[in-house]
Order: sequence, then structure tokens, then C-alpha cells
Amino acid sequence: MIRTKKIRNLFAAPYLSWAIIFIIVPLVMVIWYGFTDSDGALTFANIASIARPEFMKSLGLSLLLSLISTMLCLIIAYPLCMILTEKKAGKAGVVILLFILPMWMNTLLRTMAWQTILEKTGILNTFLNFIHLPSIYIINKPQAIIIGMVYNFLPYMVLPLYTALSRIDDSVINAARDLGANKFQTFLHVTLPLSIPGIISGITMVFIPALTTFVLSQMLGGNKILLIGNIIEQEFTQAYDWHLGSGLSIILMVFIIINMVVEAAFDKSDEQ
Amino acid sequence: MEGKSELENKELIRLEHVSKSFDGQVVLDDLNLVIHENEFVTLLGPSGCGKTTTLRIIGGFETPDSGKVIFDGKDITSAAPDKRPLNTVFQKYALFTHMDVADNIAFGLRISGKSKSYIADKISYALKLVNLEGFEHRSVNSLSGGQQQRIAMARAIVNEPRVLLLDEPLGALDLKLRQDMQYELIRLKNELGITFIYVTHDQEEALTMSDTIVVMNQGYIQQTGSPEKIYNEPENAFVADFIGDSNIIDSIMVRDKLVSILGHEFTCVDTGFGNNKHVDVVIRPEDVELSEARPDTLCGEVTDVIFKGVHYEMFVMANGFEWLVHSTKMFPEGAKVSIGVDPFNIQIMNKPASEDEEAATENDQN
Repeated sequence: MIRTKKIRNLFAAPYLSWAIIFIIVPLVMVIWYGFTDSDGALTFANIASIARPEFMKSLGLSLLLSLISTMLCLIIAYPLCMILTEKKAGKAGVVILLFILPMWMNTLLRTMAWQTILEKTGILNTFLNFIHLPSIYIINKPQAIIIGMVYNFLPYMVLPLYTALSRIDDSVINAARDLGANKFQTFLHVTLPLSIPGIISGITMVFIPALTTFVLSQMLGGNKILLIGNIIEQEFTQAYDWHLGSGLSIILMVFIIINMVVEAAFDKSDEQ
Repeated sequence: MEGKSELENKELIRLEHVSKSFDGQVVLDDLNLVIHENEFVTLLGPSGCGKTTTLRIIGGFETPDSGKVIFDGKDITSAAPDKRPLNTVFQKYALFTHMDVADNIAFGLRISGKSKSYIADKISYALKLVNLEGFEHRSVNSLSGGQQQRIAMARAIVNEPRVLLLDEPLGALDLKLRQDMQYELIRLKNELGITFIYVTHDQEEALTMSDTIVVMNQGYIQQTGSPEKIYNEPENAFVADFIGDSNIIDSIMVRDKLVSILGHEFTCVDTGFGNNKHVDVVIRPEDVELSEARPDTLCGEVTDVIFKGVHYEMFVMANGFEWLVHSTKMFPEGAKVSIGVDPFNIQIMNKPASEDEEAATENDQN
């Protein structure tokens, strides 16, 4: 028994070393840099620097844009997934595939496509002018970033939602109708509560990448809009201030951990 | 059973020429069925016979391709399930897993806007009725299959439906529990005084509980009648074979009240089949009387004997047909016996007319 256990532990070794090298060590490094100054002395200055108005503004904007994009993804994905669950498995699979297909393409490439669409003389405005409508200028504005976020992260909302909704048994929906609930009441009291686990994991999977992105804001926001991701990136790649960059990363991590704690709480209440 | 005949007069549900097909496959073909108030009706048949589809059409979960569903004189063919005065107990219980027991039971009452005190009263009444008092705040996931089924029943009956539809509700339970629940269902039905429409493939369940059994096969109703009638006077070989064990023998009706079975003439009570006509004869195993072999009788040899507790099950080979016999009197393997049948226990049936039925009969005999 002890022998087989030892052998089994041996098989776990590669994963353990992977976790140590690529997860634990970088995390410890970030925390180390975040709480020290350039002389290696312990300091809270890096963390506290978030209070600087320009950083606060970026963090606030990041939270706002991520929140809006997450909600938009939810609003778009929920009806879609509800329609899909009523379709036969084969048909639904094709539509789901269409939604996931863009994920096979490089994010940079997809975002560049949006640049050409949204540009002042881009595809969108050319089309609008063609049908005699005024141009709209949203490139380099928060709206463009939201479009980019929704487009890029929508699949992460669709997948968990579709899984949660398709797991609801038809007979449960029929039971609600049978007990006198109309279509709307059935949705409100049965479908929606039963899909909450999917909603929560969808929100997490969209909100976290949206909150930390710097590529989307760089490409669709010009250099005018700085999200917290851009600030952290600049601290590392331009200012070479790893301490400050790490400090701000830790702040961002706190928000992500809060999000995950909320998700775990919902998961638990679902199990009971 | 007294007073039943007067209740039977009051018609509650009528299916008129109902047909339904899925993907070009006919599931129900021109089905006509009348269900009376306060009746325990069982739709009985093998899987794929259309019994569940019939129930779903009554419940409003399927719309028939043609035909009408009349409820208490009103056409409800296209009414949504929530607009029908009936409730369903689903095969897989279909409880709301995000609610506790009390909230499950209260669901229909809350939707219809009943007062809190009324709902509370109803919940405790229903839990008492299904013998699950004190389960109000249990999570439905923590309940056993039998308990979940009782909650599903409670959830349906608190709404005081005029008809309760039950779709193989005992299918997922083990044998002992299933037998207990059968008595429970009969008790419930009597206490509530409402119509039960019950779907099952289990003939014993149907015989135990029903006032009326509707035997279905391949989208057609084969026979409708009381359990006694269905058992004792099956109208065709399918019904005879599906309900209980039986000996179905290809025979010739010599003339009225005389049938030739395996080359020997037996007196029977049936008339009107014509002379020298091919018929199917059904004889229940418990109606076969064995005695010491005598000349001028149908004789056979016992090929197998199995002790079944209440009776012996014996197989007797006679003129190329293997008889199934249930008797408390045992004849050992190899014994020569005479086969006798009381004229009243010989059930004569016309040979099936349609190809479908013929195919079904052949399959059953193999």
C-alpha cells in the first residue's frame, strides 16, 4: 500500500513542479516586489499609491467598463442560450460553435478588425454615410473598448450559461406550467433560479479578463484611455518600476478574489 | 363499488379522433376515449404504445395533429397547461431542486395568489396525506425516491385538481415500495374523490388499482374495461398475452358453443363466430384442469414442474402445444395427464385483422 502511494505521488511530481515554478514563484515574486521598495525594505507605499488620483481614475474606469461589458454579455447571451436549449442538440451545437469560432483567431487580429470597423473613415461610418446617416465617432472612446470587451469575452458567458440552462430538465419546466405558472412566471421562479450557477460563472469568466485587459484599451482606446491594466503594463515595460506595478497588481487581485468569493458562496448555496 | 354506475354516467374528459405523429412516425391513430368523473383509469401498454403521449395531450404538453380534447364539455385542445384544471405527477418527479419541500408544495398555490395562512394549512394537510409530516424544511435533494414521489404527489394535489395525471410515477421505485405506494394511491384517490389517469406498463399495477383499464398497443386502444373484464374476457390475443399469463392456441370454431382445440372438441359458451372458422382460444393457466390420463380426452405429458409457493407451475406438452398450467395439485415430470377446461373458462377471439396486430401476436407467441 505504502509503495503504491509513493508511486502515485511520483506521478504528481511534474504537476507539482509546474505549479511551483509557474504559479507559486511568480505570485511570491509579485507579493515581494509589491511590499518592498528599490532598496528591498518593507513598505506599503506601492499599495497605497492606488490612492493617487490618476490611478484611482483608471481603476474606477476599469471597474465601470468591465461591469458594463459583463452585463451586456449577460443580456446578449441569456436569451440566446434560452433559444438554443429549446433547439435540438445538433442545431444548438452549430450555433454555439459559431459563437466560439472567433476564439480560434488571435485576439490582436480580432481587435484590429474592430479598429478598421470603428475608425473615423472606417467600415461602419462608410456604411452609415452611404445610407445618408451621420457618422458616429466612438473609436478611442470608452464605447469602443466596451464593444471590444463584449465581442471578445461573449463566448465565456455563452458557454457556462448554455451548460446551466441545458441541464434544466424539461419536465421541471412542464411541472411549473402544470402547476399554473405562465411562461413568464415559469422563467422567473424556475428557469432563472436554476441557472444562477451558470450566470455567476459567466460573470466571473467575463469580468476578470475584462478588468485586467490592457490590449483592448490600447488598441481601441488609443493612448487616451488608461485602464488599470495599462497602468500596470506601463510600470513594468516603460517605467521599469516593478515594485509599483506589483503593488497595483495586488490591488487588482483583491477585486478578483472578492469576485471569486462571491461565486463560491453562490455555488455552496446551490448545492444545499 | 356501489354507486359507481351512477358516477360513471358523468363524463369528464373525451378524446375525439386524436392523432399524433412525431417525425412522420404515427404514435396515436384516431384515438377515442371517454373518462368519467371520479374514475381511476389506467392507460396500460408496452413502451411506445402511445400511452404517455395520450397523457401529455390531456395535460397540454403536446398538441394533437388532429382531433379534439373535451374537458367537462369545453374544447381544451389548444389550451396551455397552466390553463387546465388538472395536475400531473411526472415520471422523474420533476421537483424544484432550488426550493425546500414546503416551497415545492406551495408553488401552485402561490402562483394562484392564495393567502399565507391558507397555503400553510394546505402544506401541512398535504404532508399529512402523503405521510411525510415534519418534512417542510427538508431539501428535496435529501429525500429518497419514494419520498420525492410523495412530495410530487402532494405538490399536485394541494391545487385541488379535478383530474390527477400520473405518468409511471412508481417506475423508479423498488418492488416493495412500489407495492406500498399502490395501496397509498388507492387510499389517496378515495380520500380526494377525484379522477386519476394513470400511465403504466406494469399490468399488475393496473389490475390492482384501476376502475377502468385502457390497454393500448401501437397507437390503438386494444380494449377498455374493468380489470376483471380485461383479465377474464380479453378481446384479442395482444390483450390476453399482455395481461397475465395465458395459453393462446390457434383453434377452429366448429359451430356455436363447440371449439376444436388441438384436434379435440371442447364445449364453450361463445356463439356467433360462424362454422369451421379459425379463431384464437385463450385459456388462463389457473383454468387448466389436469387429471390422470383417460382415453378420448386431450392428453399430454408434464415436461417441467416449478414450485411457486401458492401453486405449482407445470408445463404440459400436448399435440405440439406447450400448455402453461397453474395448479395446487402437482403431477410429477413425465406424468401422463388429461387436459380439461370448464366451458366458461374458454375465451374465443377472432384472429387479428390488421397486419400490425398480427405481427404483434406473432412476436408475443415466440
